[in-house]
Amino acid sequence: MITTLGPAQFLLLAQGLAWTLALSAIGFALGGLGGLVIALARSSGLKWLEGLAAFFIEVFRGTPLLLQLFIVYYGVGLLDLSVSPWMAVSIALMLHASAFLGEIWRGSIEAIPAGQTEAALALGIHYATRMRYIILPQALKISVPATIGFLVQLVKGTSLAAIIGFTELSRTGTLLSNITYRPLLIFGIVGLAYFAVCWPLSRLGRAMERRLTPAART
Amino acid sequence: MGYTFDFGVVFARWPELLHGCLLTLQLSLLAIPITLGIAIICVFILQLRERISTWLIEGFVELVRNTPFLVQIFFLFFGLPSIGIRLEPNVAAVLALGLNGAAYSIEILRGGVDAISRGQIEAGFALGLHPAQIFRYIILKPALRAVYPAMTSQFIFLMLTSSITSSITARELTHVGAEIEGETFRSFEVYFTVAALYLAMSYGLSKLFAVIYRVSFAYPAAR
Repeated sequence: MITTLGPAQFLLLAQGLAWTLALSAIGFALGGLGGLVIALARSSGLKWLEGLAAFFIEVFRGTPLLLQLFIVYYGVGLLDLSVSPWMAVSIALMLHASAFLGEIWRGSIEAIPAGQTEAALALGIHYATRMRYIILPQALKISVPATIGFLVQLVKGTSLAAIIGFTELSRTGTLLSNITYRPLLIFGIVGLAYFAVCWPLSRLGRAMERRLTPAART
Repeated sequence: MGYTFDFGVVFARWPELLHGCLLTLQLSLLAIPITLGIAIICVFILQLRERISTWLIEGFVELVRNTPFLVQIFFLFFGLPSIGIRLEPNVAAVLALGLNGAAYSIEILRGGVDAISRGQIEAGFALGLHPAQIFRYIILKPALRAVYPAMTSQFIFLMLTSSITSSITARELTHVGAEIEGETFRSFEVYFTVAALYLAMSYGLSKLFAVIYRVSFAYPAAR
């Protein structure tokens, strides 16, 4: 039986979009926490900790997100915990986002002039206060464009959850295309839905970048 | 936990895994020239500052950059047959990777070309160079040199992205991994090994690109 594209099908797509947004939000929130830890570890000044963080970043940047999803999905399955695909995907996205955000934020932390750290040390301000009140607020500000850029990557990346069977926007599209036999139309709509989420973010990122580097552009 | 890891059955399939690596590299090495070719042509057209072509290219770049690769490849592979264009999985994979990479490369290369000062181009004209020579030696080569790191990490990203083409049954490493998984049921071990192979390939490619840089752009910088 061929189903036509009606309000019910659009409702399914809207639900898929909601899951996509939820996955992106979870990945970004958890990845943000993880990324902060990675960025601090990577610029901690302790050789072994920096090496460990660098290794973590290299591994996640040097392997496909799809494989990261597979490994976490099957890996947590081995732990005898009955973990839902939802949890597995969240964990994988969190690790992925931690590595990328960690690398972005490390760059911003290192971009803060060393004189500020030295001044803080001279004033006897210890590590936590120094990071919390002096370095991080400035570093996070310069990192905003790149962070938004990664958020767009992450939203697009959640589509890979479809391959391990998580019903978000892309998988909803696949399912609908199988019952309506209108793949061109369905994937067109799905693509536009992603575009509607990602494009404003991309534009925002670019606008922020221009605001932060006014002299570089004409 | 009562699970014992068994990488042995996976390592025993090393000839297939190695073949998978070669297929992935082949896919990427076919897509990279397409990417670079489209990028160079489009950046050249952008330089003409003609309204409609600029609008079209920018539209293409925005559309590709803001939609997931998975949806793009589904669109090409499952969507196009309904208007009579049927593509082989591998052809669709190369095409999708090429077009996707092109959108990113256009942005990157455009930045490099925009950074070239007009005086340099005028100097070329004053020396009586042919416009094609000016484009090649005064615009393209310095621009490629300036954006080389961004461009090559984009290529490595393309190689990693090619794993997604396994979802339309293109023959590459992830697909080979899925076949081995289907026969051994060692999902974790298989994908762990496959991921390690991707890591090795991206490391190898970054070393290769560093060598190419040293060979092609060895002359001293102007600044």
